[in-house]
Amino acid sequence: MSLLRQMINLSKTTRIGPFYIHSKFLSTKTDDPIHSHIDKLVKNNKIVVFMKGVPQAPRCGFSNAVVDILNIHKAKFDAHDVLKDENLRNGIKEYSNWPTIPQVFVNGEFIGGCDIMLQLHRSGELDKILLNNEPKKDTQEKPNV
Amino acid sequence: MMSAASKCVENCIRTKLQNRFDPKVLQLVNESYMHNVPKNSETHFKVVIVSNEFDGLPLIKRHRLVNETLSDELKNGVHALSIVAKTPSQWKDEPIESSPGCRGGFGK
Repeated sequence: MSLLRQMINLSKTTRIGPFYIHSKFLSTKTDDPIHSHIDKLVKNNKIVVFMKGVPQAPRCGFSNAVVDILNIHKAKFDAHDVLKDENLRNGIKEYSNWPTIPQVFVNGEFIGGCDIMLQLHRSGELDKILLNNEPKKDTQEKPNV
Repeated sequence: MMSAASKCVENCIRTKLQNRFDPKVLQLVNESYMHNVPKNSETHFKVVIVSNEFDGLPLIKRHRLVNETLSDELKNGVHALSIVAKTPSQWKDEPIESSPGCRGGFGK
């Protein structure tokens, strides 16, 4: 079990000094350059996608599907090609504790990969997520216990 | 040449999911042939799993549970895992949808 996962499993909320910090913030190792880099990337735009290839020419069917879904919703998004940067490719998997690419972030929060985007699109939930301007509340995803 | 051993990852995935989720439905499709990998590879899978373990859990948590159960496989050669995770009450016996086709990015 990775250290990251252990940290996530430890507790939902950790108290440090006078502050309560949600463990998901602890799980991002901000002292690690790639993690702080990714942290900036996901907060740089409302919708951020980590994919294989570029939106005009995806190099993976799953990445292509995610781009198609976002285009259907006329969503503007930042895209980062993990095939161009091995550090980013590995770093993003650790950052979100998610083993596969593509990965979609909205308001700095990890939403999911291709399967989840497809299901959110079909259920109509994606519209609400994309329209929401607030960071998602913790009710959406709590650390696994 | 690989025929005897070629389902070793698939069998391992099946056993782990069976033990962890006691699923009502468990369908596993090796989709590796759709990708730019050697014949008989075990790199791309699709799993359809129906279990009471998913009751009350949002989609992303269901997927995380499956990913965690298969974390060894995902670290060691399984490259893509498409997941359909439902509760028995959500499950309708539908044909499994095929994953999108490869666009050449594997291993690059």
